[in-house]
Amino acid sequence: MSEETTAPNSTAPSRRSLIGWGGAGLALGAVAAGGTVAAVRTGNDAVPVADSGAAVPFHGAHQAGIATAVQDRLHFAAFDVTTTDRSELIQLLKDWTAAAALMTAGRPVGEGAYGGLAEAPPDDTGEALGLKPSRLTLTIGFGASLFAKDRFGLEGKRPDALVDIEKFPGDNLDASRSGGDLCVQACADDPQVAVHAIRNLARIGMGKTGIRWSQLGFGKTSSTTPDAQTPRNMMGFKDGTRNIAGTDAAALAEHVWVGEKDGAKDGSTWMTGGSYLMARRIRMHIETWDRTSLQEQEDVFGRDKGEGAPVGKAKERDEPFLKAMKPTAHVRLAHPDSNHGIKILRRGYSFTDGTDGLGRLDAGLFFLAYQRDVRKGFIPLQRSLARHDALNEYIQHVGSALFAVPPGVRDKGDWWGRALFS
Amino acid sequence: MRPVRLSVVTAATAVAALTAVTGCAEKSDAKAGSDGAVQVTATDTACKVSKTELPAGHVQLAVENKGSKVTEVYLLFPDDRIVAERENIGPGLKQTVTAEVKAGSYEIACKPGMKGDGIRQKITVTGGGATAKRNPKLDTAVAAYRKYAQEQADATIPKVKVFTDAVRNGDLEAAKKAFAPSRLGWERTEPVAESFGDIDPKTDVRADGLEPGQKWTGWHRLEKALWQDKKIGATEKTLATQLDTDLADWQKRVGTAEITATSMANGAKELLDEVATGKVTGEEDRYSHTDLSDFKANVEGAQQAYELLKPVASKNDAALTKELDTQFAAIATVLDKYRSDKTSYDFVSYDKVTKGQRKELSDAVNALAEPLSKLAAAVVK
Repeated sequence: MSEETTAPNSTAPSRRSLIGWGGAGLALGAVAAGGTVAAVRTGNDAVPVADSGAAVPFHGAHQAGIATAVQDRLHFAAFDVTTTDRSELIQLLKDWTAAAALMTAGRPVGEGAYGGLAEAPPDDTGEALGLKPSRLTLTIGFGASLFAKDRFGLEGKRPDALVDIEKFPGDNLDASRSGGDLCVQACADDPQVAVHAIRNLARIGMGKTGIRWSQLGFGKTSSTTPDAQTPRNMMGFKDGTRNIAGTDAAALAEHVWVGEKDGAKDGSTWMTGGSYLMARRIRMHIETWDRTSLQEQEDVFGRDKGEGAPVGKAKERDEPFLKAMKPTAHVRLAHPDSNHGIKILRRGYSFTDGTDGLGRLDAGLFFLAYQRDVRKGFIPLQRSLARHDALNEYIQHVGSALFAVPPGVRDKGDWWGRALFS
Repeated sequence: MRPVRLSVVTAATAVAALTAVTGCAEKSDAKAGSDGAVQVTATDTACKVSKTELPAGHVQLAVENKGSKVTEVYLLFPDDRIVAERENIGPGLKQTVTAEVKAGSYEIACKPGMKGDGIRQKITVTGGGATAKRNPKLDTAVAAYRKYAQEQADATIPKVKVFTDAVRNGDLEAAKKAFAPSRLGWERTEPVAESFGDIDPKTDVRADGLEPGQKWTGWHRLEKALWQDKKIGATEKTLATQLDTDLADWQKRVGTAEITATSMANGAKELLDEVATGKVTGEEDRYSHTDLSDFKANVEGAQQAYELLKPVASKNDAALTKELDTQFAAIATVLDKYRSDKTSYDFVSYDKVTKGQRKELSDAVNALAEPLSKLAAAVVK
């Protein structure tokens, strides 16, 4: 019998604690926020989300892809910077910014995918030709390793909040699925559009960066419109109930956007208006979960499977009564009331990467959460979940990365990370 | 070798681009002296032609060897590509070489003793439509690359013989030692060999590249015997001799390959593709793990083609050649980490190269191959 199937209801901490599962938990617990409902982006550039083919404005005070209403598909990539030349890195960020501005507008990069010199490979790879912008957003982040001593002279600019994430109990992190100097989150309503974007950025980056790892995601597991059905995660449970709306400026300012006083040690404010992205690849032990009784599944989450209502309640959005749940119930442990009001904005996606060689589905949740400070958000939450969550028997964290996500590209003369490198 | 040989496609493109002239060596000893024939009088020190201007169309060279050495006569494009040829013309013999030729510049070369570049005579063919305007610098590059490919083939044959002799002698250790060195010249010029289509599947096919019913011959079949089966039997000895024969065929045909500036540039990129798909993964030399030796040779071959095209490319796209210079140097530095002696091709066994190190090698290949893919355009701009 595999170890995964040990007493799920035990109140003892599971060997396999899970944290960030915050994903399902946090969302279910009405904690996490993902996007918004009726509008995207902050400010006055709201776009109706109903038009899944529309373009999301690239320029703004904050990067698109954070408060933006969550799209259906994800291609996330973490990069290692291979060049040691600071000016080359800066040029790359400028080139990426220019390409991102084109692609999010639904246009090909460079001189396009055809019509150029017959002897040269086209600038654009071409697989998104004829497709709509599909609400593509491209969001960049900088990992702690980019700020390492004797690399690009950024040591003094490393924000305090860009911490080294501890190993939580039960983590089984694969270095080849963790970390990275840079990340780009591509979200779109059409998977081909998201894949095209990462592929073209990777190509432009060759010689200066190499992809360290990447993840495809589908079936957004967070934010949705209040009237639409809440998406279900791979365990069949509704996920993402009651996310913070992307239009809730007060909640975003409090929990997501970095403020002027959150600056780096050297007093620089390059992160003002940015956020921190915690990425965790959370594998689900699908087969053992599927062999678990309905009662136990519902006890593990603290919600019923059909309606998604909290224990003892009738509707998904009814206020949960935490004490009615088991002490190890995921929703109970992840709820803000159990965590001093902690809230994070969550944009997780389900993933299925085929099977794992043992005939098991390599599937789970790719947890993405934006927050103002992980030391007050993800870390204490995960400590709690890793220790007690009943769900830990069915999940395992196998990848982890934290990125500082700079503020938005303001206009055509601006570029990703300008304030950091200036 | 990859199951799908991209270079064959390139070769086909090159052929299409070069249909200006179709060359063929007449098999029969046709009588010389018919209308329009060019009388070629070869001696040990001279190569006299009766006329240097002739009309496009069917051309006949009536060759007479009046010297004391065996000679050969070639009709050549300005880039040294062979239009038509006739070898082994003994003293006192007459032979005929025929070809269909379009307007343009050509050379006739006599090679007394069948050695060297030969004694050259320029020929102009007129009428019947002009050939594309040629860039003499590119002709020079192509001619130099053709020479390089021939030199690599010539130098490979004796190294292969060291390997095949060891196999024939049943000397397992000596054969293992000679395996990787025997491949260097081939790996440096692989797109040329692959352009022939039939040689590569005999010499460099891997087990997974075999078609149903195809007999597995060549380097990798012997590699498996040496490293995996650890024995040399009668079959292996026969295969060693077959490898000699097949590579002798390659050596003989290198000069007839269709090579253009574009195909040189694409060939350089293809060599990096070979590295990216076969060497970085360790698939190429899966039994001997000598992949890094092949890797180095592929890069050297690509660099040779690049260096020859650089005078033209740097004029058209200086930023590109600067980047290529940087990346060729960078990949050399990465590769040098895996050999203690920078003059030797004795690299670390690839099964000792970690996943992280393979990633670094892969990133270096991408960093070079991406700009290299733009070389052809920079050459023809």
